[in-house]
Amino acid sequence: MADFQRWAPDAQKHLKQGPGLWVKLRLDPFLLVLLFAIMSFGLLVLYSGSGSSEAAVQKQLIRYGLALLGMVIITQINLRNVQRWIPLFYIIGLLLLLAVLLFGVGAKGAQRWLEIPGLPRFQPSEVMKLVVPLTLSWYLSSRPRPPHLIHVLVAVVLVTLPVLLIARQPDLGTALLIGSSGAFVVFFAGLLWRYLFAAIAIGAAGLPLLWTGMREYQKQRVITFLDPESDPLGAGWNIIQSKIAIGSGGIDGKGWLQGTQSHLDFLPETHTDFIVAVLAEEFGLMGVCLLLTLYFLVLIRGLMIAGSATHPFDRMLAASLTLTFFVYVAVNIGMVTGILPVVGVPLPLVSYGGTAAVTLMASLGILMSIHARRPQRT
Amino acid sequence: MPWSKMDTQRQEVSQFRARLWWALLVIVIVFVGLVSRLVYLQVWQYERYATESDDNRQQLQAIAPTRGLIYDTNGALLAGNRASHSLTLVPEQLIGGRRGIDNVLAELAQVVSIDQNDVKRFNRRLNQPRRPHSPVALRFQLNPTEIAQITVNQHRLPGVRIVPELVRFYPLDKGFVHALGYVGRINDRELAKLDSANYSATHHVGKLGVERFYETELHGNVGYQTVETNARGRVLQVLDRFEPVPGKNITLFLDAQLQQAAAKLLEGKRGAIVAIDPKTGGVLAMASAPSYGANQFVTGISNANYQALRGSDDLPLFNRALRGRYPPASTVKPVMAIAGMDSGIISRKYSLWDPGYYQLTEGGRLYRDWKEGGHGQVDMHKSIVESVDTYYYAIAHIMGNDPMTKYLAQFGLGQVTIADQPEATKAVLPTQQWKRINRSASWFPGDSLNLGIGQGFLSATPTQLATMAMVLANKGKWHQIRMIKAINDQPVEKVSDIGRNDPKQPSDVALERSSDWNKIHNAMIDVMHGKKGTGRRSGAESSYKMAGKTGTAQVLGIKQDSTYDAATIAERFRDHGLYIGWAPAKDPVIAIAVIIENGGGGSSAAAPLARKLFDLSILGAQSKTKAKEGAENDG
Repeated sequence: MADFQRWAPDAQKHLKQGPGLWVKLRLDPFLLVLLFAIMSFGLLVLYSGSGSSEAAVQKQLIRYGLALLGMVIITQINLRNVQRWIPLFYIIGLLLLLAVLLFGVGAKGAQRWLEIPGLPRFQPSEVMKLVVPLTLSWYLSSRPRPPHLIHVLVAVVLVTLPVLLIARQPDLGTALLIGSSGAFVVFFAGLLWRYLFAAIAIGAAGLPLLWTGMREYQKQRVITFLDPESDPLGAGWNIIQSKIAIGSGGIDGKGWLQGTQSHLDFLPETHTDFIVAVLAEEFGLMGVCLLLTLYFLVLIRGLMIAGSATHPFDRMLAASLTLTFFVYVAVNIGMVTGILPVVGVPLPLVSYGGTAAVTLMASLGILMSIHARRPQRT
Repeated sequence: MPWSKMDTQRQEVSQFRARLWWALLVIVIVFVGLVSRLVYLQVWQYERYATESDDNRQQLQAIAPTRGLIYDTNGALLAGNRASHSLTLVPEQLIGGRRGIDNVLAELAQVVSIDQNDVKRFNRRLNQPRRPHSPVALRFQLNPTEIAQITVNQHRLPGVRIVPELVRFYPLDKGFVHALGYVGRINDRELAKLDSANYSATHHVGKLGVERFYETELHGNVGYQTVETNARGRVLQVLDRFEPVPGKNITLFLDAQLQQAAAKLLEGKRGAIVAIDPKTGGVLAMASAPSYGANQFVTGISNANYQALRGSDDLPLFNRALRGRYPPASTVKPVMAIAGMDSGIISRKYSLWDPGYYQLTEGGRLYRDWKEGGHGQVDMHKSIVESVDTYYYAIAHIMGNDPMTKYLAQFGLGQVTIADQPEATKAVLPTQQWKRINRSASWFPGDSLNLGIGQGFLSATPTQLATMAMVLANKGKWHQIRMIKAINDQPVEKVSDIGRNDPKQPSDVALERSSDWNKIHNAMIDVMHGKKGTGRRSGAESSYKMAGKTGTAQVLGIKQDSTYDAATIAERFRDHGLYIGWAPAKDPVIAIAVIIENGGGGSSAAAPLARKLFDLSILGAQSKTKAKEGAENDG
């Protein structure tokens, strides 16, 4: 028995009673409970962060409902059986990304959406969040492991293409998420440590070269990007205000709906990327730690599922999706607390927005599907 | 399954699990890091952030940079800044939301005059996204009495603030607006495009002309200060201050004296004058008439005044110098002669007998010369001096479209070559392809004839014609046509020196035989000084030689066999008078284009104006020489 399974005896209990409801539905009650806990907490904060807007909460509830439905459908699919379609998905995804650059629509200087008559408008980059780890898992699972250098290079190309297209939109947050999801697959395929360290070394050596090659105004942009507080009226405003919101929350917070930073409009984007600042202001350190604990449990469960999967495709995919979920949490909270530069990454299952919720739940659905199809041991 | 394979598989699984442990380790480290950060912010730094959050009195205020000044070539101030006080409200300091605002507005109305429009615009600004605790403007340009009234009543007026700011001021105003442009208050559309941080304290933006093109340079960078205020919004203490970087000062080639003289010469007329320094390509004067005052746009023009400007038949808002598209008429003849000679299609000795008209075919349509009865035997020299249309009908017929448009393009027609006037238009250089696309018709020989005398589909702006005059004067040498001479006293040769895109510019015109330039120059000198030159009245009694070419553009097509009488045709259908030229002829310091709409012939309407500006720039202001105004007819 795997170490991870030994940790969670509950997860095995229902098996002894024969296939129950959860097994029939192929859902994982452990993940499901965590999911509902995070979403409920999130809706509570969203109500406050949206300025006590019931409409926003209702809209988000409907999105969650649809996303849950999508999740249940995905758990019914055995992804290993649809593997041969994956390259097709990948190519379609790339074409859609190209289409976004050419005919896409968007706001605030970024072009992210595609409007196809007859379909609701959508972000192809969101779809790629699933397609890229699927593609890499498919590619590397049918190659020798640890992967040869040539296969690693092909994998790098497969990841870099969509990442560059998305970075052009520009959408650095999504590009980062997709890039890391691909990197995780390669890592879990057993990438030799020496390749990993070589890549890190090359990256570190390349940075100063890049820096000296840049023009003065480009350097200035990078500096503002890395240190937003040098520009307190522009990029720095959000960070300064969100740090004040978090810090002034203290240990136990100002109380629900009592946050002054958010309710007096000092804090921007209180219901989207910066929602954790509202949480920290109103529920304090204890509130954030509760949320972090829930996230941590999701991650543990994800790693357990990856550890118990036997097929290489399943386990690489499960591990990559889990780690990508981790990147969401780490980057979002890191940026709102001012230790990372501001890139648009939402807080999973809490930030307001439909598309991110759908892809996140779909990836959880994939985890559950993998879990349901692990070898049944007694 | 063979044992070896099982073995590798087992090995692989254990390696994968090892990696999961590594991942878990990273996750734990990062989570510990995040929690430590939160503990640092929420426990360690709690006091500090709690104070900052509570302390609504501490505010970050943006400080607008001072807009760069604009000078003429001799250092005379063309655009400066002056203090203006505006009346503002800080909604956050008023109790009772909208009702509180209405109360204060009512109180204020008893102290200073506030009309419906002020309130309407105030409400619009109030609803725009803005930073908390930033003042919202209600009225601008308070006079000293009003300032005193408000200050005395300050105790009754919570949240009311008088904010001093520097606003643009054009000391020479009216004659300069078409050269400089102006600044105005930022509107919603501009707000969306501007860098909101850098403009957070700025209320004005360049709307037109130089002010618009050099907006980035003139604006500068915003500064900010953290201030402590009392409950009424009065600043008690400045805690720290980051000074704004003022905008850069710009020196133009524009010569204020010449510009004023040009504007004065155009008074009461419709037309434009553009003068360029042939040695640098700098624009010395750019006047368009009628004109209007720019200062009224800075503080917000009244609706009635604006409607009057917009509604005028004379189109004062229209910048004729940059956007007026006129048939260049006979002013293109020197270029046509060059096209004929240099392409090798027309012999340098070519001459013909001019009966006063030209026919494509025997008994066909008569293409008339301006002189009834004709000019007799005409060669190239005479064709320019006396502006013989028949000669150009003939060579245009022989050449066809291609050589003519090719050479006109080398002199800047059909393209925008001025670097820093965003409103400039390229007018029309009608190639065969242009006609196919825009008129859905092929090029006819008759079109070539019209093009040969600068009529028909061809049009050019006064700026383009002055550019053409410059290239002629320089014997083919190009310079970038531009307003800017220096920025913060650093000379600017090309706008790319300051990181802007240079406009596409033709390369220098190199002729097969450089002696052809002398032929053209001599002919253009004789236009001004020859016994039969069309511009001789304007060239007479001068201490220096000048070179030029007159032109008369038909506004109304003249019917076959009918004579044309300017007096009987409504003023709007009279010919446009045109002139291009430079002086001194051998060592030019000024190249010029003059256009007088419906002014009649170029020699009588346009050339005398150019002469006065030549005198002013060469002999100086004390010159009393006057060009005689004659009513000659020409082509």
